[in-house]
Amino acid sequence: MNGDSACAEGAISAGCRFFAGYPITPASELAERMSERLPQVGGVCIQMEDELASMAAVLGASWAGLKAMTATSGPGFSLMMENLGLGVMLETPCVLVNIQRAGPSTGLPTMTGQGDMMQARWGSHGSYEIIALAPISPQDIFDLTILAFNLSEKYRVPVLIMADEVVGHMSEKVTMPTIAAKDLVERRRPKVKPGKYLPYKPDADLVPPMAVAGEGYHFHVTGLTHDERGYPVMTVEAHDRLVRRLVDKIRLNRHDIIKYKEFQVEDADIIVCAYGISVRIAQLAVRMAREEGIRAGLLQLITIWPFAEQRIRELSLQAKAFVVPEINYGQIVLEVERCAGDRARAILVPHMGGSVHSPQTILEAIREATQ
Amino acid sequence: MTLWRQPFDAAEKATKPGQIHIDKERCKGCDFCVDFCPTEALRMSVELSSKGYNFAVVDDESKCLACGFCELICPEFAITVSIPLDNNVA
Amino acid sequence: MTDTLNAKNHSIEKYLRQDRMPHIWCSGCGIGPAVSCFLRAIDRAEIDPNKIALVSGIGCTGRVAGYVKLDSFHTTHGRAIPFATGLKLAKPELKAVVFSGDGDLVAIGGNHLIHAARRNIDMTVICVNNFNYGMTGGQVGPTSPLEARTTTTPYGNFEPPFNLPYLASASGASYVARWTVLHLRELERAITEAMIKPGFSFIDVIAPCPPIYGRMNKMPLPMDSMHYYQEKTIIRHGADPKEADITLNGPILAGTFVDIERPTFQDQLNHISSKVNAQV
Ligand code: SF4
Ligand code: SF4
Ligand code: SF4
Repeated sequence: MNGDSACAEGAISAGCRFFAGYPITPASELAERMSERLPQVGGVCIQMEDELASMAAVLGASWAGLKAMTATSGPGFSLMMENLGLGVMLETPCVLVNIQRAGPSTGLPTMTGQGDMMQARWGSHGSYEIIALAPISPQDIFDLTILAFNLSEKYRVPVLIMADEVVGHMSEKVTMPTIAAKDLVERRRPKVKPGKYLPYKPDADLVPPMAVAGEGYHFHVTGLTHDERGYPVMTVEAHDRLVRRLVDKIRLNRHDIIKYKEFQVEDADIIVCAYGISVRIAQLAVRMAREEGIRAGLLQLITIWPFAEQRIRELSLQAKAFVVPEINYGQIVLEVERCAGDRARAILVPHMGGSVHSPQTILEAIREATQ
Repeated sequence: MTLWRQPFDAAEKATKPGQIHIDKERCKGCDFCVDFCPTEALRMSVELSSKGYNFAVVDDESKCLACGFCELICPEFAITVSIPLDNNVA
Repeated sequence: MTDTLNAKNHSIEKYLRQDRMPHIWCSGCGIGPAVSCFLRAIDRAEIDPNKIALVSGIGCTGRVAGYVKLDSFHTTHGRAIPFATGLKLAKPELKAVVFSGDGDLVAIGGNHLIHAARRNIDMTVICVNNFNYGMTGGQVGPTSPLEARTTTTPYGNFEPPFNLPYLASASGASYVARWTVLHLRELERAITEAMIKPGFSFIDVIAPCPPIYGRMNKMPLPMDSMHYYQEKTIIRHGADPKEADITLNGPILAGTFVDIERPTFQDQLNHISSKVNAQV
């Protein structure tokens, strides 16, 4: 099964029952799979007129109570930034999949890239926090899609799956266990009666319970700065309170959100920090380096945003250098550099896109890092 | 209104004068209700509201037919027309 | 004292967020009367208010969502229709109503308007059409008549405007009507009919924006526009919407132009789903 289809299956296993999208290479297979599968499980799949509409429809469906998803690639991702911001502001659970290709602009439509990583973090205007996950294989995208829905329901935030063309198109064996209901997170519903409900009064974890349309709550939600009632309030104080909470509900819960994997880092003084498809190349490079007697290790970032700052800080105490292979001209390396401070170097291994790194180029960077 | 003969169901169908409630603090003096009231039951005030508008007031409630048009046209939702339930219309 | 019908049962007050009054609209703005007609139409159409989802975009009319005591969504500029599409398809028992302005629905959101009409999504779109962008200070809009003065057409508008009833009907809407905010009984009835009608319904509500558009086009007083509607409106039900063009201070063709039966998106979807599930 290819990665796009595995993502669709993951979504359906997670309880996703609404998909809105617009055709774009290399994410179209995902929409095609959803159009076949959703009617079978009583869901709705609609091809919208563009990505602006797709993202808007996903938000609408979520407010009607369904788990909803869209999928796209770079050019469509840019258009979705508009309503991604609305999703953050209205605190709307949903999942947005980006099967990245090489940009800027139309770039290399059928070929891979990882150039949207900073756009994932900062692409919509204003101050906010978002969750982004990076899968490395069809199996991984299946699993991470379920995780993405769980996180989005739990924290009421859009979750991004930052895959890439290779992961989307490669075919590998995928095991798809039936997911037990207890492993699926559902958004918290209001416990109070209509009339008493304040749509943006948060619980202790800073996440407010969510009513959905048609249940008599008569709530109002707006993209304007609002108070706990959901009403627009145009003051510095209200804005401060709202933006702080939107950001802090992710920042303060980051230990629950952030996931990574490590290979042979215990004694490593050179640590390759990779994500997405590059992880698989980096594994080879690390093995080759070990064979040469270099104490190399690998840190795989599963959660890209919020960033695994603390772990990189810790590792920077033991490591001489981080080697960061990216299919772009330097994005996540900036974060690594920031967290490593002057305790360890951060060495970028850039690739402008269209294919993946060769293990050799990463190995060379590891060797160089030992100098 | 004078009719050349009295309709046989006149008593049943007689329009009952409405009661007009105008929230003078909501009124922004657009004049719509005054201008379009079919019976000229309303007029604009000479004095100003706290927001500085001339506001609509009831000039002669007995003229009101309770047609409800003023309520519908008021951009400020400032007017409520209610109909007395008492059938003994004077 | 004589008993009076309880104002709460009798009027639209129960559907207004009292804690948000007064609203931000200018004196003589046409949005308020259009809202009154809509709120009265809810009862007239006997729709359960708990099942209404009201969606607005951005602009003066975009603020409607904030004043009605219904599940209400104030979304992004131009995207009210696709947002409402998601709501409606995800929960078919909802009555989706989009309340927004001409700039929002037809310029930045024009693509969504025609596609929702083409698909015949079951929703009612109420477009308050005041020929300009009021909230941002009176720039030219997609419905500004030729020669109209706006802040971005100081020498007069030279772009031909959209004829909205024609646009909606050509795109496939099941119900299309136009009224001015002087024709309130007709407007209330049209919104009632539109909300009952399955499929995509569109109502072009011609409304004054006295302090901005009116001031620049020789109709500075709220009453000026109303008198214009009184004098220049021609009511012709069933008229060809092609003829519904509006020229500067020229005649306004009003009435119900389209009222047809056509399978809705949901009908087709249900049909496909039942076929699929029969096979499975
Ligand atoms: S209800 Fe009709 S008659 Fe009475 S004041 Fe209003 S517009 Fe005039
Ligand atoms: S229509 Fe409303 S706002 Fe206008 S004058 Fe009458 S009461 Fe005042
Ligand atoms: S600017 Fe125009 S449209 Fe906006 S509230 Fe004022 S009158 Fe109404």
